[in-house]
Amino acid sequence: MDLNSLTARKIRGLIERGEASAVEICRAFQDRIREQDPEVQAFLHYDNDFALEQAERIDRMKHAGEPLPELAGLPMAIKDNLLIRGLRCTCGSRILENFVAPYNATVIDRLASAGAVFLGKANLDEYAMGSSTENSAFQPTRNPHSRDHVPGGSSGGSAAAVGAHMAVAALGTDTGGSIRQPASFCGVVGMKPTYSRVSRYGLVAFGSSLDQIGPLAHGVEDIAGILKVISGKDPLDATSLAVDVPDYAGGLGQPIEGLRIGIPREYRQSGVSETVRTRIEAGLKLFQDLGCDLIEVDLPHTDYAIATYYVIAMAEASSNLARYDGVRYGLRIPGQGDLSDMYRESRDAGFGAEVKRRIMLGTFVLSSGYYDAYYLKAQQVRTLIKRDFEAAFQKVDLLVSPTSPTPPFRLGEKTNDPLSMYLSDIFTITANLVGIPGISLPCGRTPEGMPVGIQLLGKHFGEPVVLKAAHAFEQAGGFAP
Amino acid sequence: MTHMTYEAVIGLEVHAQLLTRTKIFCPCSTRFGAPPNTNTCPVCLGLPGALPVLNREVVVMAVKAALAFNCRVNPLSIFARKNYFYPDLPKGYQISQFDKPLAEFGHLDLEEDGRPHRVAIKRVHLEEDAGKSIHDGFADSDRYSYIDLNRSGTPLIEIVSEPEIYSPAQAHDYLTRLKVILEYLQVCDGNMEEGSLRCDANVSIRPAGSPTLGTKTELKNLNSFRFLQKALEYEIGRQTRLLQQGGTVTQETRLWSTTEQRTFPMRSKEEAHDYRYFPEPDLPPLVVDTDWQGEIRAGMPELPEEKKQRFVAEYAIPAYDAGVLTTTRALADFFEETATRSGNPKAASNWIMGDLLRDLKEFNLDIESSPISPVQLAELIGCIDSKEVSGKMAKDIFEAMFREKKPARQVIREKGLKQITDPDAIKTVIEDVLVANPKIHEQYKGGKKATLGFFVGQVMKATRGQANPRLVNELLRARLDG
Repeated sequence: MDLNSLTARKIRGLIERGEASAVEICRAFQDRIREQDPEVQAFLHYDNDFALEQAERIDRMKHAGEPLPELAGLPMAIKDNLLIRGLRCTCGSRILENFVAPYNATVIDRLASAGAVFLGKANLDEYAMGSSTENSAFQPTRNPHSRDHVPGGSSGGSAAAVGAHMAVAALGTDTGGSIRQPASFCGVVGMKPTYSRVSRYGLVAFGSSLDQIGPLAHGVEDIAGILKVISGKDPLDATSLAVDVPDYAGGLGQPIEGLRIGIPREYRQSGVSETVRTRIEAGLKLFQDLGCDLIEVDLPHTDYAIATYYVIAMAEASSNLARYDGVRYGLRIPGQGDLSDMYRESRDAGFGAEVKRRIMLGTFVLSSGYYDAYYLKAQQVRTLIKRDFEAAFQKVDLLVSPTSPTPPFRLGEKTNDPLSMYLSDIFTITANLVGIPGISLPCGRTPEGMPVGIQLLGKHFGEPVVLKAAHAFEQAGGFAP
Repeated sequence: MTHMTYEAVIGLEVHAQLLTRTKIFCPCSTRFGAPPNTNTCPVCLGLPGALPVLNREVVVMAVKAALAFNCRVNPLSIFARKNYFYPDLPKGYQISQFDKPLAEFGHLDLEEDGRPHRVAIKRVHLEEDAGKSIHDGFADSDRYSYIDLNRSGTPLIEIVSEPEIYSPAQAHDYLTRLKVILEYLQVCDGNMEEGSLRCDANVSIRPAGSPTLGTKTELKNLNSFRFLQKALEYEIGRQTRLLQQGGTVTQETRLWSTTEQRTFPMRSKEEAHDYRYFPEPDLPPLVVDTDWQGEIRAGMPELPEEKKQRFVAEYAIPAYDAGVLTTTRALADFFEETATRSGNPKAASNWIMGDLLRDLKEFNLDIESSPISPVQLAELIGCIDSKEVSGKMAKDIFEAMFREKKPARQVIREKGLKQITDPDAIKTVIEDVLVANPKIHEQYKGGKKATLGFFVGQVMKATRGQANPRLVNELLRARLDG
């Protein structure tokens, strides 16, 4: 079995035709993980028996002649900030090192019903805070294309697992680019859906108004298939919306001639590296060849996006992470003194440096006397940024940019410079601030062979257009799996 | 030392637990008294990944309360996170409302010495309750506290008055009326001892007549009507003495100690909170549009004041009686059923206000657990009105009904208490009595008419009080004078 070329549709076909069992496929990937993961370190933990049980269930359905569900036998890696009942959910943090999830995230329930097989839990920056997966409390993950390079983050484990073909697909979470940037670094496709498209129930919150769960895979078709399964209103998430879920995969393969593609003028000034610029120019040319109209657009508040994003994300994070207090679950250091000592010592020992930095900054911007100048102002600027995008989408159907201004960087290169790490999120964070869908897909390689990703952003609930354009692009560009 | 006259200015913040079946943001039961930490789920335990979903029934109850307090309900209100660390607050924040509460600009009308006094209500907002910390009762309570999260996520409304209450008695009246309204609406059981109704008070004093407010203190731990009044009295006295001695009041939170009968400052560390409120991103704004508000209003019951007016008009009972009978919705319903069934509202009112409330008080029962039902009381009133029993007999029958939990007719039958209204039967008894008392009979004949009373007594005694007294009088007179 050539694991490198498998897709969800192919796997389902193999099982359906009796050419391979779900268990055989699952074992093949488990072997691959055993072989590759000691170097890549994409997984934090996995439970092989648990995965095999899920695969056996699919095989039993097949033997019983029952119709196979749409993602039957699909081996997936799940970012370790999504809860799977009975498995640990660490969030890459010492404070949750031994926390066993007592319930399933809604996306997990939906994927399980669709027949997916969960191989294990993927590494991440602690609490999804980072862009390189180096902030994991347990291990750094390495880029499958070069072990010296980071896989991006925070869904670096998910992207690397897919990039190294240790899983056919994965779930990641995206608060400011955490699916799209690692997808671009690892040479895979990753999509952040519209905010409220996918239930966040069972996703350990970082920035609640920004977080979205989304798929990573090798091709747009698998992204579409998984997205359809995980989308839709969830009574357990009040922010999820009851907007119809179209058959995303069914809409692929349509011509994209006449599609208006916007190129934000401001993004050209944002320190894009030469190699990335070259690949993106080639990508834009490809869209032109496919009959799209390229139109320059203005997003005048782009300069404020990073500051706005970090104020809001950190404020929400400071509150979301208050529950890790050592009282009911997670790490507790009793301390020598009173209750405050227990809080202080548990949180000091449990959280890493980046998480502490964000909790402190977030606490600061919400403090009395500073709230208006920081948090409130950031929300006002967020509204202005939304308006920029609304105005742009009056003129175009999609916006195109690099996913990251640079190709993958080396491990340790930016760990002592958090600001330059934050600045590398410039192209991705706006989609989270505005709530629109975005996809990153391969767009060639650097001369050194490192992947470069191109990002497409659509209107709210504009996933069908984003997916259709991305699919046409990967087919025409020879990037399809 | 100056001896200026000061007046107190009080504002009350009341928390009321709503009587919904389930919690505000999850489907867990709100039932009181379940084993610790059993009415819980990922949401109210604050587990990673769990999200709140608003219970619509909570909104219905809260809007009823807001409308009853004459508030303007905001068509759009916002939930906010109030951030602070405490072990019984599992998320590290309480979901409450801050900038845009559910309702604003209401009022509650009080009455003092027959004069109306209106207290403005600043806001009514929704929030979730925290769990409970249990600091004693365990073998290792000297070292550990225990947490019960059954209460975590119980729906609360906070009702905040403007500082327009000017005495402890007024505060008592305000809280009483507020409680009665909540009970009428059946949105809160009003039990202060169990904590389903809680009250904090902001108190300051100022020279009588001064338009500016003095420095206030916030009083907590006022878990009964009596403590509210006592704590306010104490605190007003304390502040007055301070100012009279040339001191100043420090703005602080003070706790009422029942054992010491005084207020004392909370440790400053405990109150040094910056709650860092910000809009709750997990909940969309709450929309209560005109249609929904109208629907909720249509489902509201009659409130105490309206009911009182109606009782006066409809049943022709005095305003005072109507006031007492509308103290609780259950009592008012009891009266109304008794009045309607017996067709004698005045008698119903007299029985309830007199004998029934006295006996209930004696046995420490509330009207809901009255051993006599409205149907039974109406039956008794019917027996009196049809002259089946005398008023005096009815008193005894009532007592037997109350203590033995038996209907009136059963008591009458068992005790042979039926009134004798047959003239021939009474005449026979009269003859017996006259024969037995020849001397007194002679005295009567001799003109000593006052002995009539003696004969009435003897006849009543012989009939064990069952003879109709009016008939006895009539027949005796006819026999003696005839």
